[in-house]
Amino acid sequence: MTTVKGRFGRFGGQFVPETLMTSLKELELAYEEAKKDPSFQEELDYYLKQYVGRETPLYFAERLTKKVGGAKIYLKREDLNHTGAHKINNAIGQALLAKRMGKKKIVAETGAGQHGVATATACALLDMECIVYMGAEDVRRQQLNVFRMELLGTKVVAVEKGSATLKDAVNEALRHWVTHIEDTHYILGSALGPHPFPTIVRDFQRVIGDETRAQILQQEGRLPDTVIACIGGGSNAIGMFYPFVEDKEVALYGVEAAGAGIDTNRHAAAIHEGKTGVLHGAFMYLLQDDNGFIQEAHSISAGLDYPGVGPEHCHLHETGRASYPSVTDEQSLEGVKLLCETEGILPALESAHAVYYAAQFAKDRPADEIIVVCLSGRGDKDVHTLMDKLGGGIK
Amino acid sequence: MTLQKQLEDVLATGDKAFVPYIMAGDRGIETLKPTILKLQQIGVSAVEVGIPFTDPVADGPTIEQAGERALAHGITLRKVLAELTSFSQEIHIPLVVMTYLNPILAYGIEDFAKDAKLGGVQGLIVPDMPFEESALLHTALKEHGIALVQLVSLTSPVERIKKLAAASEGFIYAVTVNGITGERVSFATELAGHFANLKAASNIPVLAGFGISTIEHVKSFGDIADGVIVGSKIVTALVEQDWATIEALVQATKKATIN
Repeated sequence: MTTVKGRFGRFGGQFVPETLMTSLKELELAYEEAKKDPSFQEELDYYLKQYVGRETPLYFAERLTKKVGGAKIYLKREDLNHTGAHKINNAIGQALLAKRMGKKKIVAETGAGQHGVATATACALLDMECIVYMGAEDVRRQQLNVFRMELLGTKVVAVEKGSATLKDAVNEALRHWVTHIEDTHYILGSALGPHPFPTIVRDFQRVIGDETRAQILQQEGRLPDTVIACIGGGSNAIGMFYPFVEDKEVALYGVEAAGAGIDTNRHAAAIHEGKTGVLHGAFMYLLQDDNGFIQEAHSISAGLDYPGVGPEHCHLHETGRASYPSVTDEQSLEGVKLLCETEGILPALESAHAVYYAAQFAKDRPADEIIVVCLSGRGDKDVHTLMDKLGGGIK
Repeated sequence: MTLQKQLEDVLATGDKAFVPYIMAGDRGIETLKPTILKLQQIGVSAVEVGIPFTDPVADGPTIEQAGERALAHGITLRKVLAELTSFSQEIHIPLVVMTYLNPILAYGIEDFAKDAKLGGVQGLIVPDMPFEESALLHTALKEHGIALVQLVSLTSPVERIKKLAAASEGFIYAVTVNGITGERVSFATELAGHFANLKAASNIPVLAGFGISTIEHVKSFGDIADGVIVGSKIVTALVEQDWATIEALVQATKKATIN
């Protein structure tokens, strides 16, 4: 591959139609300037503290630890953010950036609806017009979030094409952006897409890892041995990992969605599959067939239901700095139950992948080891799916 | 003869270039040969052969749906190149393949270039590969004499237009709207200035594409560019086998009709 800006090793790049190139350059410049401007960071910090409710706690899950019987498990409580997930960190950051660029309209894609809700929220807060594309299948399974977006004044468009999930929502959001390029900013929700998006999203999400690092040093006097996060596109994971990348003693695990099983064709484990290609502007690991056609991803969690994975994760995988195991739909449900019963916390199905993996991992590790799990979101949005899968409720 | 030379020969006659876009295998792979032969017969300058893709982000609904039909017929880049090879001796006009990048990567860049050459392909358009990333394909394409056509958009600043014009091979694909493929009612009024910049920056033909769907569009772009690429309108007409519409569009680029 050629060497252009925005590469993570051989991954990333800017594989987009020419019409978008000027906007990407404009975004890159605006972001570089904003980063250097202390007043931008001050404004962002203000909203993160006073509006989002940061910093979020790093909570020692004592009962979970006891139940599992091994290493100490800490939870980084991103589920306690305003709107219920880590997505708001990036949505507010990019909305402020768009405002700075003079763009009044926002387009976004959403899978589970958490990024859509976060973007709709930021747009209501900053008085911007917002349109969100969402796969029709996701609209069905995340109806609560669709209605939340509508309450916030956002127009939600159901995408019936393709697999009618996150990938198809990204296609439509890109088409919308290219058609309304002059007054619209695209708030991409994951660490995906063409440069500079993977970098911008990581930078706005690194607050997760930065806080975690300071908190664990304060609470334990040392860095964790292991950090675990779920990974679809990979925004919560890269935000959590990034401040630890240089700390070689900290093991990093990104948990992919194995859906019905990685030996079936119904999963979303792009790194596990190991085939590289280009989709949505970036060179990355992709679920695809021999003809280079993109395959549909499958996961019980809408937020992990994406056939690719952010380019920086691809690089961390290839260099061996991070590992990418996977957890099935069934196992993630176990993770939900486990955290509800031991800690009184209902995790998002996405985050439950990380919880399940952490519990399995912790039990074989000594009691003086420390594991941090990024609890990226709360599970209220999944209650319908959970009732459907687990049964229950008074009939 | 190169793609550029063949287009220049068309322009030398006083005609403008007319390049229809077709979705390969829309209605089945067996329709590819008769479609291209008939287009050749009615006097098109070249044919842009579209390859279906699962995620065609630069395309509007007409071409996207054609792509879905082609995918349902099992059309792949490999099948299209094999089919083109089977009748390449009968084709005298240049063929330009339009495909998203990932099918080429999956094919293998070197193998793709070799097989495309066998199929009589003289040019390549990759809508999700801007100039900055194009070095990836250059060596292999050059070796097999396939021109890599650059797209220039309305949002490209003048300095960038110069760079793209200098890098483009065969012709310059001038995108006429901000957006995706598909029929448009009207175009921005500042297009004449944009095309004047483009023509000044290039010494290869400049063809206008995206949204062009009527005889009036064809004629007005004929005034400011060296010719037109017509996609969605052709795709729809081919489904309906409405050859009268296609022939009328082609005629609108002929010298006899222009004046």
